[in-house]
Amino acid sequence: MSASDEIFILGINMTKFGKHFDKDVVDLGAEAMMAALGDGGVTMADMGILAAGNLMGSGGVGQQLQKQVGQTGIPVYNVSNACATGATALRTAIMAIKAGECDMGIAVGVEKLAGAGLLGGSVAKQSDKHEWEPSGRLGAVTGVDGRIGSATMPALFAQIGVEYGHKYGGVDAELFARISEKNHSHSTLNPLAAYTKAMSLEQIMGDMMIAYPNTRPMCSANCDGAAAAVVVSGSKLRTMSLEQQRRAVKVSASVLTSDPYEEACQVLPNVNTLTRNAAIQAYETAGVGPSDLDLVELHDCFATAELVHYDNLMLCEEGGAADFFNSGAPWRTGATPVNVSGGLQSKGHPISATGIANIWEVCHHLRGEAGDRQIDGAQVGLAHVIGLGSACGVHVLEKSALGSAA
Amino acid sequence: MSTTETTHEPSAGRVPHVDYLVLDNGDPYLVANECTSCGARFFDRRNACAACFATEFRVVPIATAGTVTAFTIVAFAAPGIPVPFVAAVVDCNGTSVKGNIINVEPDPANISTGMTVRLATFSLGIDDNGVEAIGYGFEPAG
Repeated sequence: MSASDEIFILGINMTKFGKHFDKDVVDLGAEAMMAALGDGGVTMADMGILAAGNLMGSGGVGQQLQKQVGQTGIPVYNVSNACATGATALRTAIMAIKAGECDMGIAVGVEKLAGAGLLGGSVAKQSDKHEWEPSGRLGAVTGVDGRIGSATMPALFAQIGVEYGHKYGGVDAELFARISEKNHSHSTLNPLAAYTKAMSLEQIMGDMMIAYPNTRPMCSANCDGAAAAVVVSGSKLRTMSLEQQRRAVKVSASVLTSDPYEEACQVLPNVNTLTRNAAIQAYETAGVGPSDLDLVELHDCFATAELVHYDNLMLCEEGGAADFFNSGAPWRTGATPVNVSGGLQSKGHPISATGIANIWEVCHHLRGEAGDRQIDGAQVGLAHVIGLGSACGVHVLEKSALGSAA
Repeated sequence: MSTTETTHEPSAGRVPHVDYLVLDNGDPYLVANECTSCGARFFDRRNACAACFATEFRVVPIATAGTVTAFTIVAFAAPGIPVPFVAAVVDCNGTSVKGNIINVEPDPANISTGMTVRLATFSLGIDDNGVEAIGYGFEPAG
């Protein structure tokens, strides 16, 4: 086996996102894996690596999944990288193929998150005796979250959106709500989304406030779900059937970044620089630019986040995210459709599944299999995730030129 | 920061919420660990500077006045945290500081980025030993 530069998605699947009371993490992950293998026309016998992502479980989900779908002794990597966990699992499988260790592998991300409530921040411990006792890295005598700002996800991402408005202007609470209106509208065409109801601007702005300016429908939906992808080297794919070659989707770029030091990122995570760095690297590697993209699935964990990533992914001029949205570009019928799946706000955000589910959405369109929401003639798409801390994954995907009638 | 016997009177019976809030030296102020090589500032301890990897730090005071660069009004928080409250980032003369905006009604009409604020303290309560914990926030200075 030799190192391979070309990587393709051979099979991919996401489960229905939502509440799966009757299925555990292993059930959901196995369901996505079996379906991804079936989609690619292969079995576990063909896999040379398994990379598995799960954040909220007890650990070792990869080995548990092997016992569920097939134990062949291959290396298993259990990965954990915040909201970029799924993308990191996929990239782990891709790197193994690129390194020449195997020619095919499978990545899976799975999460049980329905009813999880508020994520992030830490709560002060309770004790019988009330005594101010400094502890931890800040020598805090009691909890800091809520007393010295807030590290909950809604609070952080709200500040990130407000900060963008401070920097560039032209941003108000209604703009963020209209981004959410777009994604909820898109979700009506996605049967696998957790929520598939359109919401009016009035409904969105009038809903329960979580962290200004984000109301409840402007926050990603905690839900259960899994997604899995089989990746294959170009040389191996060329030995497979024409149908497999035709449906395979080329991974033109697979990039993972973390945040470089910047002054303010010590107190408010900076989701901008590492996303821009990942995008620059991805466009350069893939040899495409933002204007070539037929669709984008970006990490709209909150409506405020979607706005800043228009800019970070360079879908618009620097500082021009509000104008970009106001032009109608990111709607399904616009120039650069963003989150046609409904995004995290309505499709849902089972954390570790998200970074593969967004790739499933793009593949679905590139294969021409997206049904009612199909972006006609889609050739190139981009999938982006970011996890706080921070980790950013960007994948550029292209319709395969293999297997098509010459 | 180690606990030291101090000759300053007012510290008796009071503790700061966090290490980097200084109460016992006149008006309250915040401090940071500053990299002696590049000037990067950190509110917790570092083995090496995140910016330049140097390993020497000195404790420096942070400006007590600043400008709000980001905020949110949190309406939904963990049990025991009173809501709503304003969480913000304040640019204190080049150093970004996290804190709540206090002594103002938490309403979007009253808070904006670019507003000037100053450090303020408040009581977090008194423990079983009679010691009062003091927290910090920022209040409108306009």
